[in-house]
Amino acid sequence: MALPKIKQDATEARLSALDLPEGGWSARARGEALARVRAMGLPGARDEYWKYTRPDTLVGAEAPQAAVFDADEMPVFDAVDRLKIVFVDGVFDADLSDDLALEGVEIDRLAEARDIHWAQDLYGVLEAKGQSPVERPLAALNTAFASDGLLIRVTQTPSKPISLVYHHRSEVSDAILHHVVKVEAGAQMTLLENGPAAARFNKCMEVDLADTARLHHVRTQGRDHERRAATHIFARLGTESVFKTFTLTVNGVLTRNEVVVEFTGDDAVAHVAGACMGDGDFHHDDTVFITHDAVNCESRQVFKKVLRNGAVGVFQGKILVKPGAQKTDGYQISQSLLLDEDSQFLAKPELEIYADDVACSHGSTSGAIDDEGLFYLRARGVPRGLAEDLMTIAFIAEAVQEIEDEGLQEEIVGRVEAWLARRRS
Amino acid sequence: MLEIKNLHVKLEEEDKAILKGVDLTVEAGKVHAIMGPNGSGKSTLSYVLSGRDGYEVTDGTALLEGEDLLEMEPEERAAAGLFLAFQYPVEIPGVGNMTFLRTAVNAQRKARGEDEMSAADFLKVIRAKAKDLKIDAEMLKRPVNVGFSGGEKKRNEILQMAMLEPKMCILDETDSGLDVDAMKLVSDGVNALRDAGRGFLVITHYQRLLDHIKPDVVHIMADGRIVKTGGPELALEVEHNGYAGILEEVA
Ligand SMILES: Nc1ncnc2c1ncn2[C@@H]1O[C@H](COP(=O)(O)OP(=O)(O)OP(=O)(O)O)[C@@H](O)[C@H]1O
Ligand SMILES: [Mg+2]
Repeated sequence: MALPKIKQDATEARLSALDLPEGGWSARARGEALARVRAMGLPGARDEYWKYTRPDTLVGAEAPQAAVFDADEMPVFDAVDRLKIVFVDGVFDADLSDDLALEGVEIDRLAEARDIHWAQDLYGVLEAKGQSPVERPLAALNTAFASDGLLIRVTQTPSKPISLVYHHRSEVSDAILHHVVKVEAGAQMTLLENGPAAARFNKCMEVDLADTARLHHVRTQGRDHERRAATHIFARLGTESVFKTFTLTVNGVLTRNEVVVEFTGDDAVAHVAGACMGDGDFHHDDTVFITHDAVNCESRQVFKKVLRNGAVGVFQGKILVKPGAQKTDGYQISQSLLLDEDSQFLAKPELEIYADDVACSHGSTSGAIDDEGLFYLRARGVPRGLAEDLMTIAFIAEAVQEIEDEGLQEEIVGRVEAWLARRRS
Repeated sequence: MLEIKNLHVKLEEEDKAILKGVDLTVEAGKVHAIMGPNGSGKSTLSYVLSGRDGYEVTDGTALLEGEDLLEMEPEERAAAGLFLAFQYPVEIPGVGNMTFLRTAVNAQRKARGEDEMSAADFLKVIRAKAKDLKIDAEMLKRPVNVGFSGGEKKRNEILQMAMLEPKMCILDETDSGLDVDAMKLVSDGVNALRDAGRGFLVITHYQRLLDHIKPDVVHIMADGRIVKTGGPELALEVEHNGYAGILEEVA
């Protein structure tokens, strides 16, 4: 079916502002992805999947400016013993990065394309698979035009996490990065990400977990107030593998995080969690799609949003249980804490189940701080502002607890506390 | 210590008077007990004193050591030395009991211009006090009151009181839900805090608690007023004869 003219024009306008990188081994995948973009067209305001989030600034030919924000707070994860890899406005920075050497892990840059690479079997492949039943054109755009990214293959459990650090220095930067992470059987890794990557950021990460592999992913999207981002994670889970991903988002005018998980092997576990703190001109969208196509897998989605001064939170989460995916355990909760009447939470939880022996539940709530709890704290001498902060931290706790490492949990909570404290006085 | 005069309170949302002229003075060093039929306004009195929303004071005053309680925010009342052990302690999922207590202790200290308690000191003190109340380390780590049994919640209230060392303690049916041994623990906890500088207002339905925490004065509250005041023998009279006789006598 031909695209509506308006959509076609918008898509071509965006494409004309981009150059297809020289691909090497990825050239074919990029070409196919470009064809996908042209066939689907970039998201438009009328698209059902973009009902709650306006895509125009994410798909426009030019990135809207975003001021660079200088915070004197120490960046998150700085105290963690890690292998640090830095991108500045989407450009790899060798000086700021550690050597890309870590025992048990092969790390290459997408931009240093050679002729053959293990990532060839994955690059754009999981993304393409994730285009049905729902189209995700920004991810295809990413596959076609990503200027760089990391190709990380974990063969043995490394001694420390890999930490991707993004810096935003230019008010007009428009970055497209694409990472591929493949964890081999029996290996596990923690992947950290933090920092505002660019004025506008389109990021895609494909994750392939072999049988019994484990990946823990903890990400923060913070600091800059005007940044925009559209991110995708496509994860494929083999037998008995475990994938846990948690994202803390603060500030930023517009963020859409999509996570697409597919269980292909039995007895695997995926936990997708997020917390966001929005104040004022803030629109945050978590869109999750989990496909159970194997037996006895567990998926959990836990999303908490704290919204004030007109901030908007969106959650679209779906659990699809395919025929034969018996003993599926699917859980989904999305909640918002609205700190005033101007803020808004829009949720669209969906279950689609074609197997009979499954346990799936979902829930979505929106509410204010519990008055009883607040009074109890104040009656013990905790001042109102601090009491509200404690209650707010408590509200997001269920999501934060999805992070396996307690040290990282504390780090995240500390960030949120500081963010709240800055707004208190 | 606590001086309540002619206190009239109605619900904020509707025109329903609940306290209809309460007069009550608790002196430092004394334990006063309040008894009274269900719905007579005992908890309302304790909530109004501690500053809960939803009530409107239409007349009267309440002073704590000469300071106007009713003008203060709840946290200011706490810092000034008022403590309410809740009839129904509130569960706060996600806030650790220990974090909560340390935040409270230090917030009160800060409000009074005192130094904060170090984490190490706090730990030492709370461990000792928790042990006296047979509250184990695991309970301290759990979210505030979440999954606590009725009796555990009440013991937790007394632990908070012991940590905060308030000047004026109001205990609202702290004995309800306690087994015999826990009643003893809680009473010991309260008695340990009794001293010349501290006042207690103990709300209860049963003489049993007053066997352990011996009151100096007993009040009977009915329909929003203190209708009779006497010595410990008044509690015994209630225990044996109920309220009917007393209420007839004052009617
Ligand atoms: N927020 C409220 N909304 C409606 N009615 C209320 C409210 N608070 C108190 N009341 C009413 O006020 C009266 C006094 O209640 P209160 O809880 O103070 O009684 P009490 O003496 O503590 O009773 P009990 O011995 O059962 O604990 C009751 O009739 C109660 O229903
Ligand atoms: Mg009561």
